Amino acid sequence: MKFPEMSDAADAPGAPGDAIVAVDVTRIYELDGVSVPALRGVSLTVSPDDYVAIVGQSGSGKSTLMHLLGGLDRPTSGTLLIGGRDVAKLTPGEMARLRNETIGFVFQSFHLLPRTTARDNVALPLVYRGVGRRERRERASAMLERVGLAHRLDHRPNQMSGGEQQRVAIARALVTGPSVLLADEPTGNLDSTTGQSVLTLLESLNAEGVAVVLVTHDRDVAGRAHRQIVMRDGLIVSATDLVR
Amino acid sequence: MRIAEAWRVALDALRANRLRSVLTMLGVVIGVGAVVALVSIGTGTKQLIERQVEGLGSNLLVVVPGRVAAGSPPTVSPLTLDDLDTVNRVVGDPSRVAVTIASGETVRAGSQSAFASMQGVLETTPSVFVRKLDRGTYLTRTDVTTGRRVAVLGAGVAGSLFGDRDPIGRQVTIAGVRFRVIGTFEKLGQSLGVDRDSEVHIPVTAAQRLLGTDRIDGLAIRAPDRDTINQLGASVVAALQKAHPDTDFSAVTQEQILGVLGQILGVLTGVLAAIAGISLLVGGVGVSNIMLVSVRERTREIGLRKAVGARPRDIGVQFLLEAVLLTTIGGVLGMALGIGTALVVDRLSPVPAAITWWALALAFGVSAAVGIIFGVVPAQRAGRLDPVVALRTE
Ligand SMILES: Nc1ncnc2c1ncn2[C@@H]1O[C@H](COP(=O)(O)OP(=O)(O)O)[C@@H](O)[C@H]1O
Ligand SMILES: [Mg+2]
Repeated sequence: MKFPEMSDAADAPGAPGDAIVAVDVTRIYELDGVSVPALRGVSLTVSPDDYVAIVGQSGSGKSTLMHLLGGLDRPTSGTLLIGGRDVAKLTPGEMARLRNETIGFVFQSFHLLPRTTARDNVALPLVYRGVGRRERRERASAMLERVGLAHRLDHRPNQMSGGEQQRVAIARALVTGPSVLLADEPTGNLDSTTGQSVLTLLESLNAEGVAVVLVTHDRDVAGRAHRQIVMRDGLIVSATDLVR
Repeated sequence: MRIAEAWRVALDALRANRLRSVLTMLGVVIGVGAVVALVSIGTGTKQLIERQVEGLGSNLLVVVPGRVAAGSPPTVSPLTLDDLDTVNRVVGDPSRVAVTIASGETVRAGSQSAFASMQGVLETTPSVFVRKLDRGTYLTRTDVTTGRRVAVLGAGVAGSLFGDRDPIGRQVTIAGVRFRVIGTFEKLGQSLGVDRDSEVHIPVTAAQRLLGTDRIDGLAIRAPDRDTINQLGASVVAALQKAHPDTDFSAVTQEQILGVLGQILGVLTGVLAAIAGISLLVGGVGVSNIMLVSVRERTREIGLRKAVGARPRDIGVQFLLEAVLLTTIGGVLGMALGIGTALVVDRLSPVPAAITWWALALAFGVSAAVGIIFGVVPAQRAGRLDPVVALRTE
């Protein structure tokens, strides 16, 4: 795992080496002239080998926070450092690059390209990194093997089960070798057995040194994380370090 | 993202929506096809006319009464054979000067008849214009001075009166007067819409007697060289003006005729091509429209691509290439359609067509440009899409 130099981190909050640092971050949506405060001042640090579970009622701001942590969105106020870089100072293009190099996303609804094979779906992030076709395919195949889908390389999403699709999505999130994996309700569309196997996969990835931030409704799942964060109405109401 | 990769992605997207892609292309196909076909036909016609005017003979100067300008009324000619002497003195070489008095007449031989353009001419005609004989001889000086009733037939007239038989020495009647055939012309075909194989040449003196007049319609001069041709024309006009103070005269060179005809054809082709170009524009608007629909439909895809690292530029380029692919593929198909149409018109109608590489290059360039111009707005919209909003779209 590699981290960019953190030249501007001297006076920045958080310890050097933290993957993501959010300080008093807010996010207010403007909807037809009405302000919707989805996040009202959240501080959170994700360190390189963290395993953070976020729980909270629907609408409490979990997804909004995940989008910020992943550099898909910018805070309305507050400071957000991803891989040591202040997102307020980045252009959309630089943000895209940061996402590509540092973050892996896993979504509740998989978000696979429908007419594209598992291998090409997994290879997609490498396309935007300028990796050649052959190397892309090799790395995508290796990653699919890693998530137990060596036999599904040329299958399209509609030829796979939900659990398999989510594994493809995880392989896609991992193929660039990110330092943080952000999973927003990754088991929300899966039955419990399949969901368990996906979680086991995430845990083993974390054991290998990838930071994992996971949004879940399942208390048992949250209980297996290193830290549990509870959100309500756009605020973190409790953060508990758990015994491993 | 590498550009080759971007092309592949764009092509895949078009293939995923095959029918829609084809229908969108159709506008461009028809527009480019129409432009290529019309330009080819215009160019072909222009080249044909140039060849025909040049076929009349080089350094040709035509002198006619009146002004040669669009809209001016035809002038009754005051010219007679006396004026020929004046012109001969100016030119200095009678073999370079031809005259004509023309009239449409029915020519008969036995039970056969043909409508012909009867031309009263001098024996100098073959050396002024390019006219080659197929058989027999042309008029002589004596034929002209004595007004002998001899005729040289165009290939068309000879054919319809005598078929495969040799007409030399046979009798024909022109406007009821008997003439002896002494020669026939080689086949010439059409020139400026006139069937030149329907001409019948007789001595100018005989023609004047037949028509009961002593006028001639005009003169033609083959100038010794190109550089002095305008000067010579001016001198001839001045001499004639002196003899006929009440009449204007014009001396027109072959280049001027070509220039005027070329201009008229150019404008015509331009107007038609512009109309066809409008359909290309409409095709472009169609492309723009479909691309906007496509951006909306693929909002989720765009969001996902951005999430995994696509920059706004990468997404913009992807959609722009899609639009350009649509129009350039449409452009190539349109060229094929245009070439096909031009060839069919060329084959099945008297209108000629010439396919020029620059027209094809232009058509291709324009269709690519249409793709870029009409793809920019959808592409920008796609590139700027907020990834969070895009991912939340269901
Ligand atoms: N694009 C948006 N525009 C306006 N309001 C939004 C938008 N996205 C989310 N919200 C609002 O922000 C709040 C938090 O949403 P979200 O982060 O999705 O919550 P969770 O993921 O915990 O269910 C909700 O009230 C939601 O309606
Ligand atoms: Mg959510």
